[in-house]
Amino acid sequence: MNQLLASSDPLFAHGVNGVVLLIVLVKVLVGFGALMGSVVIMIWFERKAISDMQSRIGPQRWGPFGLLQTLADGLKLIGKEDLVPAEADRFVFKLAPYLVLIPALITFALIPIGGTLHIAGHAVMLQVANPPMGILLMLAMSGVSVYGVMLAGWSSGSKYPLLSSVRASAQMISYEAALGMTIVTIILATGSLSTHNIVTAQGGGIWHWNIIRLGVIPFVVFLIAITAELNRPPFDVVEAESELVGGFHTEYSSFRFAVFFLAEFMNTITMSAIIVTLFLGGPAGWIPNVAHLKWVFPIIWFVLKTTGFAFAYVWFRAALPRFRYDQLMDLGWKRLIPLSLGWMLVVAGFLIAPAWGFLMAAAVFMAWTLLTRAFTLGQSREVGSEAVLPVVGERPIPGRTIRKFTDGES
Amino acid sequence: MAQPFDFFGGFKLTLKHIVRPRVTNSYPKVKRPKQPRQHGRHVLNRYEDGMEKCIGCELCAGVCPVNCIYVRGLDNPPDHPVSPGERYGYVYEINYLRCIHCDLCVEACPTQAITESKMFEFSFTNRADAIYTKAELVVDDQGFPQRLPWEDWRDGEAEMTGGWMRATSPAGDASFEGVVQWTADLGVGVRAPEAGQSQNRDDDATGSKQIRNVFARHLNPVDVPLDQRGLQGLMKNAREKLPRRQRGEK
Repeated sequence: MNQLLASSDPLFAHGVNGVVLLIVLVKVLVGFGALMGSVVIMIWFERKAISDMQSRIGPQRWGPFGLLQTLADGLKLIGKEDLVPAEADRFVFKLAPYLVLIPALITFALIPIGGTLHIAGHAVMLQVANPPMGILLMLAMSGVSVYGVMLAGWSSGSKYPLLSSVRASAQMISYEAALGMTIVTIILATGSLSTHNIVTAQGGGIWHWNIIRLGVIPFVVFLIAITAELNRPPFDVVEAESELVGGFHTEYSSFRFAVFFLAEFMNTITMSAIIVTLFLGGPAGWIPNVAHLKWVFPIIWFVLKTTGFAFAYVWFRAALPRFRYDQLMDLGWKRLIPLSLGWMLVVAGFLIAPAWGFLMAAAVFMAWTLLTRAFTLGQSREVGSEAVLPVVGERPIPGRTIRKFTDGES
Repeated sequence: MAQPFDFFGGFKLTLKHIVRPRVTNSYPKVKRPKQPRQHGRHVLNRYEDGMEKCIGCELCAGVCPVNCIYVRGLDNPPDHPVSPGERYGYVYEINYLRCIHCDLCVEACPTQAITESKMFEFSFTNRADAIYTKAELVVDDQGFPQRLPWEDWRDGEAEMTGGWMRATSPAGDASFEGVVQWTADLGVGVRAPEAGQSQNRDDDATGSKQIRNVFARHLNPVDVPLDQRGLQGLMKNAREKLPRRQRGEK
């Protein structure tokens, strides 16, 4: 057991004792605090940036530059009446927000935000946890958070949240495939599942970062897929206000509503951090030769890169209109999954030998041609009347009865 | 024909907007200048010797389309007359829950006793406050309107409230260019002439500004006035903003 622990985290190399436990506790608390603080700043940043892009002013009343606006909103939400709809499944309804929140917290624990420190003879990694199956845990957690959204929509006992949750599960499942495929590409190149190893493998300079080493394609696919995973614009069909009122959280109010939004923004930060970890070398970057302060610079690099992606999400929201639902499914299944799968095969081939690589590239090219042909054929397909499904069941009020009310005759 | 980089047009546009100036200003802190002909709450004017102009003729009450004015006249007491004429306005009440600020009373008044200030930012909290009596409407000895606790007066807003101009005045007509059409104002005196269509305007004196100049940065390039284009326009704007910056306004 100890060996297994030590193999992933050098903190446990000399066994587990009080000091080690204390260090772990401090790491957890600092990580939690940092995430909460950054969520507050992220919400402010998003609102400010998007209002700048729309020639508005944005929050400005609470605190300097409106920085305390999030706190004010949170207090207001907590002060509101907590409603549970009569039709709701009460237990699941109350459970669902935490099913979204907790995965968001766990995912952030996997991200290395700096190098390794040496405190009192203990090597402390600036990362809350470094399990050997790290990146798989991230995928699992993003899978669990789908349950939160789905159960929230289902247990509300209302039709718009239900529609939204159906959309959410379908969307997340289809984009998770592309997401997983790009992650497999990274794992192939790195040879390890742990986030720490993925970061150290990208150590030696900008040319070793995965974004360049694997070609830009996996990065682009990952960025699109993760935006869809986050339900952020332009993939926000789950919360499409113009179609679904508010989406899965229509029936939620007060603190539980706040938890949903907390989790959403937390996920935005975490996923920005995941992209940085997987493709941009995490905390890697130029470190000036300053005594005692060298450990600060990786953190600064990490925060800078993450902020860049956070800004990109806000930029997407300002610039892009929402996808139609079928366009969203098209992009996921017809474009991203074949693209990421093909690219993974090519990368795998080149990892073995150049000859295999070119062979794979030729095979992928042929498959691509076939697929394109198939999609064209599918689009020009004509649908007969037999393809329309017969009506199932009856209307809630039969046509006869309605006519009696409206026309005034039997 | 779609260009290959058309997709990024939205990104470019949103990024551009970050550096564009905002139309919004933070309202309760900063106010936009009011237009010279703004219709606000009324004032009852006085002559320079302190006599009231109102003669209690009730023409304003008669012309008011929403019946918000209530006037009763009375014969002037011979030993201490209130107005120079035969009668004076004994009761004068305006109900601001009804008033639509159409300015017909101002048009009807034969002695220019009632004019409108530019105050529209008054929010009373009960119906009694909504009915302004003569004691509240009449101007003070300097000719400035009274400042009631529920009205938001700022520096300079109380000026130019007694002046009167026909609603159909020919401002903008070339032959009236530069001619003062306002009546004299007890508090401030004669106003500057209203800006016409020529460029000989005194915007600081009249308090007006061409809307095209105000929003020049938001117009399409072809619509921007010639003197505001390019580097020359930047310099001009900076020079105009400098005195306001020095006064500490936004």
